[in-house]
Amino acid sequence: MITFDLNTIWFILVGVLFTGYAMLDGFDLGIGALHLFARKDEERRILLNSIGPVWDGNEVWLVTGGGALFAAFPDVYATVFSGFYLAFVLLLFALIFRAVAIEFRSKQPMRWWRQMWDIGFAAGSVLSALLIGVAMGNIAWGIPIDDRGEFAGSFLGLLHPYPLLLGVTTVALFMMHGAIYGLMKTEGELHDKLRRWAMNSIIFFVVCAAMTTMATLLYVPHMAAQIRSHPWLFSIAIANMLCIANIPREFYHGRDFQAFLSSCLAMLTLMILFGINQYPNMVFSTPHPENSLTIYNAASSQKTLHIMLIIACIGIPVVLAYTACIYWIFRGKVKMDRHSY
Amino acid sequence: MDVLILSRIQFGLTIGFHYIYPPLSIGLGVMLVLMEAAWLKTNNPVYHQMAKFWTSIFALTFALGVATGIVMEFEFGTNWATYSRFVGDVFGSALAAEGIFAFFLESGFLAVLLFGWDKVSRKVHFFATCMVCLGAHFSAVWITVANSWMQTPTGYKIEGDGLHARAVITSFWDMVMSPSSGDRLFHTLCGAWQAGAFLVISVAAWYLLKKKHTEFARCSLRIGLTVGLIASLLQAVSGHVSAQGVARNQPAKLAAFEGLYNTTSNAPLTLVGYVDEQKQEAIGLQVPGLLSFLAHDDVHAPVIGLNDFKPEDRPPVSSSFFFFHGMVAIGTALILVAALGTFFSWRRVLAQKRWMLWILVFSVLGPELANQMGWFAAEVGRQPWIVYGLLRTPEGLSAVVKANTVLTSLVLFTFIYLLLFAAFIYLLNYKIQHGPHEDDLVPHGKLALPDELVRSKERF
Repeated sequence: MITFDLNTIWFILVGVLFTGYAMLDGFDLGIGALHLFARKDEERRILLNSIGPVWDGNEVWLVTGGGALFAAFPDVYATVFSGFYLAFVLLLFALIFRAVAIEFRSKQPMRWWRQMWDIGFAAGSVLSALLIGVAMGNIAWGIPIDDRGEFAGSFLGLLHPYPLLLGVTTVALFMMHGAIYGLMKTEGELHDKLRRWAMNSIIFFVVCAAMTTMATLLYVPHMAAQIRSHPWLFSIAIANMLCIANIPREFYHGRDFQAFLSSCLAMLTLMILFGINQYPNMVFSTPHPENSLTIYNAASSQKTLHIMLIIACIGIPVVLAYTACIYWIFRGKVKMDRHSY
Repeated sequence: MDVLILSRIQFGLTIGFHYIYPPLSIGLGVMLVLMEAAWLKTNNPVYHQMAKFWTSIFALTFALGVATGIVMEFEFGTNWATYSRFVGDVFGSALAAEGIFAFFLESGFLAVLLFGWDKVSRKVHFFATCMVCLGAHFSAVWITVANSWMQTPTGYKIEGDGLHARAVITSFWDMVMSPSSGDRLFHTLCGAWQAGAFLVISVAAWYLLKKKHTEFARCSLRIGLTVGLIASLLQAVSGHVSAQGVARNQPAKLAAFEGLYNTTSNAPLTLVGYVDEQKQEAIGLQVPGLLSFLAHDDVHAPVIGLNDFKPEDRPPVSSSFFFFHGMVAIGTALILVAALGTFFSWRRVLAQKRWMLWILVFSVLGPELANQMGWFAAEVGRQPWIVYGLLRTPEGLSAVVKANTVLTSLVLFTFIYLLLFAAFIYLLNYKIQHGPHEDDLVPHGKLALPDELVRSKERF
């Protein structure tokens, strides 16, 4: 079923980049979504500083994922980005606002100033998570593509119930992920509050995940086709369920890091399930499946895929090494000082 | 207005706004490396104070650079989908390489640069600063390589035809080393170094005018003027080399830069003036033969004029001429300003020359304007092509995006960018008026100086 040619390797690598993005930027979008629940200025600053040193490194995963998609599958990049024009422009505004809000917010003491950027940060984070989920939902559901490979739908057509459900699920997932990350970085009163929010967001996520799974099985049968024809792949679905179930367990025992790890693994297994059922399609076309963009008809030349693989093999280990170093340097609870946001 | 012009305006607006910040990050990166190196070498805490102050300015420009940079990467797909399909095989790999080699390096070590002062030793911090600076330079390398391929494509072949035509890579290194990439990278980097250096110069001159933070200002000025002068002189060399490259590789662009319609030997260079497109001539102060000499090292060499190209292959003349000449004029002025500033600083009379300090305060606008004009000249001069000689700009548009949609996003971008720019200027001004922190003159924690150095601090 899977042949490990260059196209497949790049399908996996693009998936790895977007999964890395979900795991890393996921928690700082989640912190953003929880930001307004913290009422005190001091608490909001601690939340901001918990992601302070790492958020823009995390965002680079999205940028690099986009670059890799452009290079490896230019037709997917062109069709999806031009087809989802307004959705992506909104995503850009959301990302811009939250980025500058983090930087600007604590630079001035005025109430209105901080209030404005607080709202920008929270709204930008929620909207980013929602739109990323909606985009994923549309890719899973399939979008209308004409015989030239161009998107043939409309903006409002992208906002039907299934993608919206996936959008809300993504927000829930990131909120849970962010709350658990926050537990590792905070202490005292705020830590206790985060524990309550984490509890609620775990419930929120589990409910959403169950609904999404049901909706997918009922309405999007092609998203389970590979597993139906290769029953052993069901083990990944089981692993996914176990990872999700393990989050509240670790959380209950107060093992925050393990809970965070479980949350990461839950995302990883979800993305694997998503990827396996997409394969070899990149963008499923409905109602004309023959127009689907696949890892073969939408890919760059073999030569480019080969060159890029060399670049990735040189670059990715180095990136992982120093990313790990950075997280190590900034481990532990947030301590505020003059350089803090 | 149609979708073409709207998309072009939107791209121009977003790239122009974005390009305020990366040159500042690159230039300030160099300044930070020099300041921290000076601190490591001399142990003079004023360098520590400088590094900290300029780091906080750096953080501001960096955040805006990141926020506005993501837009650029999405916009190729949203507005220029057909272009993306056409070039993805070639152009995409440069963008992906930029992500992997540059952005991760930059943003990863930025954490240590901004928040690591008390967490790591001085040497590790210096290393992190160097890595941030290196990352910023790498990103300039890859994006200039990508853009240069659009100016002078090499290392590709065309596969398919009509709507399905696309450029496919034949040699990665030929693509990277296109005829213009070296010259243009050098030119871009000099511009970025100037942007960083003149920002430092401007703020330091302001403090001297206001007679505050004088020690800080004097040391900042010394480093700023040195880098500013070197970068401005190098810029003159690189500008000359780049222009010769344009004469070789894109003669229509050079003809537009100079408003030259008829192929002439002994072609004149217009120093100041404008182009009369009706009469097809450049009007103004001209030096005969100088253009031939600059372009081909020979006063009698013929320079190709616009009339040698079909009308549909000619770039817009007046605007190319204006942007190019604006850039050159500012570049020349910056050399004079930097040289004069350095001279006064060397004679130790700069603090008394208030008129000179005022010039230095406003000199920060020079590199900013010249960088913008230079890019406008480079990109307008490439028209009507999006990939020179291969794909025309209108052919690169997204097939499915309507004018109304682009108008909506353009209005929103304009509004948001104005807001961001206002907030940026406000915070920048606030930080500058606030000035460097006195506490930073006494580094503590992991950065603290050994006791014997503190005791002998009078030496400084």
